[in-house]
Amino acid sequence: MNGLKTILSELFGLFVDDAGFALAILAWVAVTALAVPRLGLHGSLPALIFFVGLLAILMESALRRAKK
Amino acid sequence: MLTIDWGHAGPTMLAGFLASLVEFIEALTVVLAVGATRGWKGALGGAGLAMLVLIAIVLILGPTLVRIPLDLVQLGVGTLLLLFGLRWLRKAILRAAGIIALHDEEKLFAEEVATLSSLARVTQGWDRVAVATSFKITMVEGIEVVFIIVAMGAAGGGLLIPASVGAIAALLVVIALGLALHKPVSTIPENTLKFTVGVLLSAFGTFWIGEGLGLAWPGEDWSLLILGAGYLAASILSVSLCRTKAEAAS
Repeated sequence: MNGLKTILSELFGLFVDDAGFALAILAWVAVTALAVPRLGLHGSLPALIFFVGLLAILMESALRRAKK
Repeated sequence: MLTIDWGHAGPTMLAGFLASLVEFIEALTVVLAVGATRGWKGALGGAGLAMLVLIAIVLILGPTLVRIPLDLVQLGVGTLLLLFGLRWLRKAILRAAGIIALHDEEKLFAEEVATLSSLARVTQGWDRVAVATSFKITMVEGIEVVFIIVAMGAAGGGLLIPASVGAIAALLVVIALGLALHKPVSTIPENTLKFTVGVLLSAFGTFWIGEGLGLAWPGEDWSLLILGAGYLAASILSVSLCRTKAEAAS
């Protein structure tokens, strides 16, 4: 039972280390899925906006952790 | 019949190999500690049993996910892969910047040896402590490998074989290193490997989410290279900025 608990907790830990970081990524994926198509952007711009947003989330989270 | 997109097969095999290498090295450290203190029968028995469970999970999950519509798999699995890849990348950045400690295989080995030596020994039959410890570490580290293999195999549309080949190659390399060295593999630059894997998995996750959402990537499949380069550049910049911030804060 203890072993199963460890494995399940490890499984969750695969994706979530810092809750705020994981939530920001999920929120950005949701915003891209819901809002970007409604903005009327064409070509590769939505994909680039999505990517740049992810880079910003990564950098902000690492810097925030470094400040602690 | 599965068709393999060779444009993705190479990077998938590489990501599968490197990610599995890191995980198997971590498992090897504990299995070696179990073998050295409690005997090899229990150490190898536990690891072998876990490997059988992990192979069964890949064989069940892999082909099942391939039956789900590709865009749904790409969005779902891509999101998980992105969470996974960016978590690794963030941790690798913080380790490279000296914010959190590097993983120390020799220290982990010494701790495991001390713990396992303090427990009562078994002279006959299977040593339950040895089997359980070896099984647990192989499952815990192996489940990450399984996730990467299944995710990359499914989201890439028929890439299970190249991803699995990468993982099997890593397993063979680690077994060979274990047999040759009989001690933890501490000379491999683990954080550099994690950095590379984080970049690769994040690039794949981003690409597949985009594909699942119907976004148009510039250069189509070639954009994977741009995504990887972007993540690498942002990570290198982050390491430098984090070092500066940490120095300013201390």
